[in-house]
Amino acid sequence: MSLLTVEGLRKTHPGARGGIALDDLSLTLAPGETLGLVGPSGCGKSSLARVLLRLDRPDAGSIRFEGQDWLALQGGALRRARGRMQMVFQDPGAAFHPRATVAGALADALRLHVPAPRKDWPGLIAARLDQVGLAPDLAPHPVATLSGGQRQRLAIARALVPNPKLIVLDEAVSALDTVTRGQILALLVRLQRQLGLALLVISHDLAVVRAVSHRIAVMQAGRIVETGPADQVLDRPQSEIARRLIAAVPQLPRTGDPP
Amino acid sequence: MTAAPLFQLRGFGLRYPGQGRPALTGIELDLAQGERLALIGPSGSGKSTLARAIAGLSPPASTPEGGILWPGGPMRAGRDIGFVFQDPGGSLNPLLTIGAHLLEVLHRHGQLSRKAALARAEALLDQVHLPDPCAALQAYPHQFSGGQRQRIAIALAIAAGPRLLIADEATSALDTLVQAEIVALLRDLTGAAGMALIFVTHDIALAAGLADRIAVLEAGRLVDCGPAARVIATPQAAQTLALLAAHLDLASPRLVGDRP
Ligand SMILES: Nc1ncnc2c1ncn2[C@@H]1O[C@H](COP(=O)(O)OP(=O)(O)OP(=O)(O)O)[C@@H](O)[C@H]1O
Ligand SMILES: Nc1ncnc2c1ncn2[C@@H]1O[C@H](COP(=O)(O)OP(=O)(O)OP(=O)(O)O)[C@@H](O)[C@H]1O
Ligand SMILES: [Mg+2]
Ligand SMILES: [Mg+2]
Repeated sequence: MSLLTVEGLRKTHPGARGGIALDDLSLTLAPGETLGLVGPSGCGKSSLARVLLRLDRPDAGSIRFEGQDWLALQGGALRRARGRMQMVFQDPGAAFHPRATVAGALADALRLHVPAPRKDWPGLIAARLDQVGLAPDLAPHPVATLSGGQRQRLAIARALVPNPKLIVLDEAVSALDTVTRGQILALLVRLQRQLGLALLVISHDLAVVRAVSHRIAVMQAGRIVETGPADQVLDRPQSEIARRLIAAVPQLPRTGDPP
Repeated sequence: MTAAPLFQLRGFGLRYPGQGRPALTGIELDLAQGERLALIGPSGSGKSTLARAIAGLSPPASTPEGGILWPGGPMRAGRDIGFVFQDPGGSLNPLLTIGAHLLEVLHRHGQLSRKAALARAEALLDQVHLPDPCAALQAYPHQFSGGQRQRIAIALAIAAGPRLLIADEATSALDTLVQAEIVALLRDLTGAAGMALIFVTHDIALAAGLADRIAVLEAGRLVDCGPAARVIATPQAAQTLALLAAHLDLASPRLVGDRP
């Protein structure tokens, strides 16, 4: 059974420029699966993420998530259900209150999602930090003093607090250096295996998407134009847009190439 | 490079208030007119700190050390130096239309009529491959996607025709096609127009393809610097090797199979 089934989503942004961001978009995600979502800038990837996370309403279409009519949830039921689908965005700095401490950032998520007595919080916070490879003694430090990689680990720890089944990652590793990025990708894959998490990985970096995704969906002008196993989509792309995006990936000169 | 240097950093350092160790120490670095320099290094190594310091945009409370020499006279951010901030939101005012942003820069630095300035603004948005530039002039920053905002920030930074453009992760939110178009634009501006470029990036392949030289920072020090091909082929610092070893391309091993 699928974890997430999206059918016929439509979304037009208001305003003079208001273009069509989602145009009859459908996709599915299985439990524990990673779907990579790629497509040209402005094709509607973040618009889809916002609609999935119930930050924005679509004009039409349906979303089933864990068997529920996701768009029909309201009030308290929606608040409780939100924990099941979490997000991590690109900018690790902007995602936290400017003066928050590491422990404070996680405490906010506990207050919102976990009915545990306050005296248990320090232990819960330490366990979450450990889960993402952050030293528990970072707890009292301001988030602003963390490195980019540490902040992204913290964003993942916070997303894990309500025990989600799906995490949507919108360009979540594109601000990280290659070494740190490799560590975060390995962390995501480990957590996925341990927790049976599904991931929707939105990124322009096709190499990143290929490394972590079981399947890849290619989006253009608000629609999914191609989906398939990661290697198939990248080695034998069917759509023109996928072919062009792949051909434009910057390549390191191989040793021996003329400079 | 025979061209005269645009700037010379000599024993340059910078310390933020309340930080134990300086964010930059002992930086020796020259940039020639029209040269393209890529700045790479791990997160927190000081790339943005160095980029801001060269543009004279360090926070007032920070303490510099050593100096920056400008043999051809000092250059000012805004007019002589264009800057694209790592966070594209940082260069855009949410309350102003894109047109107002561009007209402000164009009026500050030239004697264009309103009509000519509008035409120039539209041409700039077209140069960064923003769809429907005319309609974009009337729209506000939040009405654009992340990559579209990044392109608007680039258009703003080149609007005054700077002699030096400093782009801090300016293409990290762009798809590979638009990225290639922006790289071609940067080549044009540096080649024919003689603008110098400092390009901060995590993408080593992109750096190798665009830059004449690559400089590698680690914990505030310049640990490797040389012609791009040399730095890639025979890295001289362990840090460069580590960044190269972690580079992913479409042939790198995958971390998962085709099914969960
Ligand atoms: N609030 C808004 N008002 C009007 N148009 C909008 C708004 N938000 C997004 N858009 C437009 O909707 C389209 C889809 O935007 P979206 O942010 O979903 O793209 P994206 O695929 O995430 O792009 P990127 O890769 O650049 O992040 C774009 O053309 C964008 O300009
Ligand atoms: N305004 C500031 N006040 C105090 N410390 C700062 C400030 N800006 C940066 N730092 C610190 O200076 C060091 C260098 O940061 P900088 O932002 O220059 O790194 P970077 O190489 O650009 O990293 P990234 O790849 O994550 O963008 C870090 O330890 C950072 O925490
Ligand atoms: Mg987006
Ligand atoms: Mg930076």
